Amino acid sequence: MVDPLLSVRGLTVRYGSVTALHGVDLDVHQGELVSLVGPNGAGKSSTLAAVSGLVRPAAGTVTVAGDMVSGLAPERVVRHGVALVPEGRKIFTSLTVAENLALGATIRRDAAGVAADLERQLDRFPILRDRCSQQAGLLSGGEQQQLAIARALMSRPRLLLLDEPSLGLAPRLVDLVFETVAQLRREGLTIVLVEQNATRAVELADRTSILRSGRIVRSGTAEELGGGAAMAAEYLGGAEVGS
Amino acid sequence: MSTLLQSLVNALNLGGLYALYALGMAMVFGILRLVNFAHSSLIMAGGYTLVFTAGLPLIVRLVLTVAVCVALALVLELVAFRGVRAAAPETMLVTSFAVSMLLASLAESLFGALPRSTDVDPVFRESWTFGQVYLPKINVVTVIVVAVLIGGLGLFLTRTPAGLRMRAAAEDFSTARLLGVAADRVISLAFAISGVLAAAAAVLLLGANGSVTPTFGVNAVLFGLIAAVVGGLSSLRGAVVGGFVLGGASQVLQEVLPVALTPFRDALLFAAVFCLLVVRPGGLIRSGQGVRV
Repeated sequence: MVDPLLSVRGLTVRYGSVTALHGVDLDVHQGELVSLVGPNGAGKSSTLAAVSGLVRPAAGTVTVAGDMVSGLAPERVVRHGVALVPEGRKIFTSLTVAENLALGATIRRDAAGVAADLERQLDRFPILRDRCSQQAGLLSGGEQQQLAIARALMSRPRLLLLDEPSLGLAPRLVDLVFETVAQLRREGLTIVLVEQNATRAVELADRTSILRSGRIVRSGTAEELGGGAAMAAEYLGGAEVGS
Repeated sequence: MSTLLQSLVNALNLGGLYALYALGMAMVFGILRLVNFAHSSLIMAGGYTLVFTAGLPLIVRLVLTVAVCVALALVLELVAFRGVRAAAPETMLVTSFAVSMLLASLAESLFGALPRSTDVDPVFRESWTFGQVYLPKINVVTVIVVAVLIGGLGLFLTRTPAGLRMRAAAEDFSTARLLGVAADRVISLAFAISGVLAAAAAVLLLGANGSVTPTFGVNAVLFGLIAAVVGGLSSLRGAVVGGFVLGGASQVLQEVLPVALTPFRDALLFAAVFCLLVVRPGGLIRSGQGVRV
């Protein structure tokens, strides 16, 4: 079997005296869509934060395509092909849509390739083309989420980390986000999806890991987990947000 | 009419200087959330550079002054601030106080506590006189230099990739880093720019005063901080606006106050600042979304 694109071993994250992750192991292979689900505070966002370099793990390793990235600063990790769409979107509200997208390509030096990718993302999210010169803070929540995803894609990542992309969106926009994720997977992108909307995430993903209190308690395909809805009822107490 | 023109130039001169000090501090604050009192040390270092290069051609002295201020700014960032970057804002504030006092003491032991004088350029002591209007050339030079620096900085921030990265880092540092903006580089650049602004302040202050002491620049930084707070500390546009508002208000007070009250001009000015901040704690320009340049 080929080596996984993302390999996480024994990942432990502490915030002061609170341990958010207790030795998480996770493998994501090239082209796979893996979802991480679990209740609030289970450690889903901490996992993504540690992989992307936003927090420094207390223990454990993260490798991307064989390169050790754990302990690197976020601006170094992104150069290994890891892009995070952060929770809450975190677009630069004082900058224009075009400037946000340009910042997504910070690590790239191939101007022609960047221009071509910009066109591709504007085709993918036509609303952004109309709003290119607008201040990003004026966009609606759904538009900001599209901008956040497009901005992450501008770095031409090998691995895309999505943290709660459907949170707080209207049902129609949740559909759009899930369709976008499905489309990106068809294009061959490797994706880790963190979602509170567990049913849909499990059914879309190739594999799902369920986190609880900082540990992975179960992993498998939707069938192995007994279907998205059943899994959600069993492991999350049926409490879902946004579904 | 003629006195109005004279007052206007004086107000612009004072406001421009305040804006220059405020920008130097807001530049660093915007990125690092550090109120950098050591900005005064940069201005002082620039002043002593001009003193010790007296006799060299003016252009050489100006280049050396900028070089010294930028180099010192970069060294301070590396030695004093990089280690406490992740610490609480109070820690960084105290560090900046410590750095500023340390360098003032160092200057006193090296160069003495007495003022050291130099002529930046004889032109700076001349004035234009048009009938009743009396315009010191230094005031006109100050207004032009400040306008060029503000315009240049504005162009740099809005028209270049490095400027875009700085604006992004000022709004959300960790998200900027996620996208690949190198923290060390953007912070060093902010300090370097504050060094250039400090060098300009040193030249203009010394051009007007003619002498430098170990505490040269301390008052400037206090006025700069107040101007920046008046404008809204985390926005560069606010720093500029705050500087000119403070300078304009100061000049107006100077004109309208009875002679007996003019010694209390700054006290009245700060009372007005106090009232403004009670009404608008965030400063004139809201530092939330969409106003940062």
